[in-house]
Amino acid sequence: MAGHSTYVPSNGVMRWLDARLPLPRMVYDSFVAYPVPRNLNYAYTFGGILALFLGLQILTGVVLAMHYAASTELAFQSVERIMRDVNWGWMLRYMHANGASFFFIAVYCHIFRGLYYGSYKQPREILWILGVIIFLLMMGTAFMGYVLPWGQMSFWGATVITGLFSPIPVVGPAIQTLLLGGFAVDNATLNRFFALHYLLPFMIAGVVILHVWALHVTGQTNPTGVEVKSSKDTVPFTPHATVKDGLAMIVFLAVFAYFVFYMPNFLGHPDNYVPANPLQTPAHIVPEWYFLPFYAMLRAITFDIGPIDSKLGGVLVMFGSIIVLFFLPWLDTSRVRSTAFRPIYKIFFWILVADTIMLGWLGSKPPEGIYPALSLIGAIYYFAHFLIILPVLGLIETPRKLPNSISEAVLGPDRGIGTGTGKGAPAAPAASAPSQH
Amino acid sequence: MRHLLPALLLAGSLLTTGAALAQEAGAPPAPAPAAPAAAPTAPETPPAPEAAAGEQHAEGEPMAPGAHDEAADEHGGTPHYPLIKPAELDWSFAGPFGHYDLGQLQRGLKVYREVCSACHSMNLVSFRNLEDLGYSDEQVRSFAAEFQVEDGPSASGEMFMRPGIPSDRFPSPFPNPEAAAAANNGAVPPDFSLLAKARFATQGFPKFVFDIFTQYAEGGPDYIHALLTGYGQEPPAHITVQPGTYYNPYFMNGPALAMAPPIMDDQVEYTDGTPQTVDQYSRDVAAFMMWAAEPHLPERKATGMIVMIFLIGFAIMVGIVKRRVWADTPH
Repeated sequence: MAGHSTYVPSNGVMRWLDARLPLPRMVYDSFVAYPVPRNLNYAYTFGGILALFLGLQILTGVVLAMHYAASTELAFQSVERIMRDVNWGWMLRYMHANGASFFFIAVYCHIFRGLYYGSYKQPREILWILGVIIFLLMMGTAFMGYVLPWGQMSFWGATVITGLFSPIPVVGPAIQTLLLGGFAVDNATLNRFFALHYLLPFMIAGVVILHVWALHVTGQTNPTGVEVKSSKDTVPFTPHATVKDGLAMIVFLAVFAYFVFYMPNFLGHPDNYVPANPLQTPAHIVPEWYFLPFYAMLRAITFDIGPIDSKLGGVLVMFGSIIVLFFLPWLDTSRVRSTAFRPIYKIFFWILVADTIMLGWLGSKPPEGIYPALSLIGAIYYFAHFLIILPVLGLIETPRKLPNSISEAVLGPDRGIGTGTGKGAPAAPAASAPSQH
Repeated sequence: MRHLLPALLLAGSLLTTGAALAQEAGAPPAPAPAAPAAAPTAPETPPAPEAAAGEQHAEGEPMAPGAHDEAADEHGGTPHYPLIKPAELDWSFAGPFGHYDLGQLQRGLKVYREVCSACHSMNLVSFRNLEDLGYSDEQVRSFAAEFQVEDGPSASGEMFMRPGIPSDRFPSPFPNPEAAAAANNGAVPPDFSLLAKARFATQGFPKFVFDIFTQYAEGGPDYIHALLTGYGQEPPAHITVQPGTYYNPYFMNGPALAMAPPIMDDQVEYTDGTPQTVDQYSRDVAAFMMWAAEPHLPERKATGMIVMIFLIGFAIMVGIVKRRVWADTPH
């Protein structure tokens, strides 16, 4: 909330600093006094978890980069050297590789939480769009990181994914050549992917700052979807959110550690322990698990549509599946934010979750038999959810009755504040009309 | 408005079915879906062959030329290899307290040294690493000295051979992959260093979900053991084994592979009374290969135990604090 700052420097040094660079004030206002809705549940802790994992990935990644050699002759060997000879190298590398997977587990939870509680709706459109940009950057970073060990799946994954750009009319082949630094995946590709893999996380960090900034302007949503109206609806970030986010982070880290120390290769592909061989194509080229739903949509288009051949069609569908998320704030016509009060949409939400999981499963299957047809059904449903169900349902669905305020929902109608008469609540002016349903 | 839901669902399903039908019509003739496509090729084939869809096919041991195509043609779809899933054995390095059985690793090293190393390199492992197997520095030095290693160039510009020292890697049996292929019927024997992590016969859903809870991560050694003990079976009538290849239903890339049965009973002498059978040799060499692929495994699991205990204890304490903080705050 861009409210009035309540920070009071506690001593002379802080007063001196506050008058010149009010960094402590910013931290205080953002992470101590910042009001959060009192009814946030654990689905709201993934933002903090993601920040933690971004830090963890950068930290382990920087150390790994000190030992890694971005050359087709040396890359595989240098990774194995990290695994065998670098002190704690095996742990750093397993943390980094599994960290990418857990980053995506957290981001998918975060995104679906946003979808469930309508976090993308007015006035949080920019917040949502920044999130989608972070997601895109993450995908690019993860993909290029997977190429670096220069195993079989690295090489062939890079070949398939960079090939996605070639069917784009006119500029496609030029883009592909630019990405590859040549006409095939080779040393130039590995070098630029390494450079970009090092760069993109810092770009992510930059967009994350904007994302958090935008969040602190509008304030969080909450499970009721009703905007904060008074100070009774909120609690200070510290200690309430700090300790809750902290607990969620530790539990998430425990699951992560279970994989790092006991199942470090479970989420990877065995073929990536075979050095890249341009002359030997693996029987099935599959991306990392977190790309499988998109990979399934890419392969779902097996037929030409007018001038668009199947290859370009698949690429358009795959990119479209993320582009559509940018327009989500305007595709959802419902005046109610939280799915908890939308009985029909709730069912469709869970169908979408199931559809995405099904697409993920299909992405891991060879493109034969019944699988492409199922992928097509899954892809059509995915788009139908955003382009048809969401706009139409918002107009015809009868939502359940909303509570007047968060405090009423939590404390009961007697103690809650019906209308925004509280003394606080600077950021909940008339703009909360949509929730006044 | 409640009746809208079924209507929307119906519309949605009609839309998707229609699209699927259109797609089916426009698509090239697909093999008959599901079971028939995966016609079992051996009587021992597990009941759900489609679950065996080889997402995890690995390269390396090249299959018999043409064998793959032939099997595919006969059954009208991608055949599912391996034809038989490897059995899950008990390994000392499995589970949260896993550690290597040093006696077993030493026997495995002996098998590798006397049998496998004739064709298979292991070029990521140095002699010094053998101290992990319980050997002293002195033993490692004398072991390394038994190998001749190319060094150079010398002051006069010549490459020369010298006895190995602990910092040397295991020397390769062939000077280059071409020589290895030429000597082995066109198939390069894969390097041993990472093979135990590069091979895994997936069991598909839902097995892989259970694997998370059982900590099953020994698919590589299980596969190696199964392959080594899987020779000598009679191929089913409809499988033609190409000349120069050997039928093995456990091979993950086809019905037969270029490697001949590599080891026989009593071929390697064990001095500790362990049975000298192919089964025992296979277990020992598979365990040895797991060590070669993941030398820090015991350290990893021991560290993991400390980390898990710390994180769970920390979570409990923070959980208590969290309850305290929120105690007077209804939410």
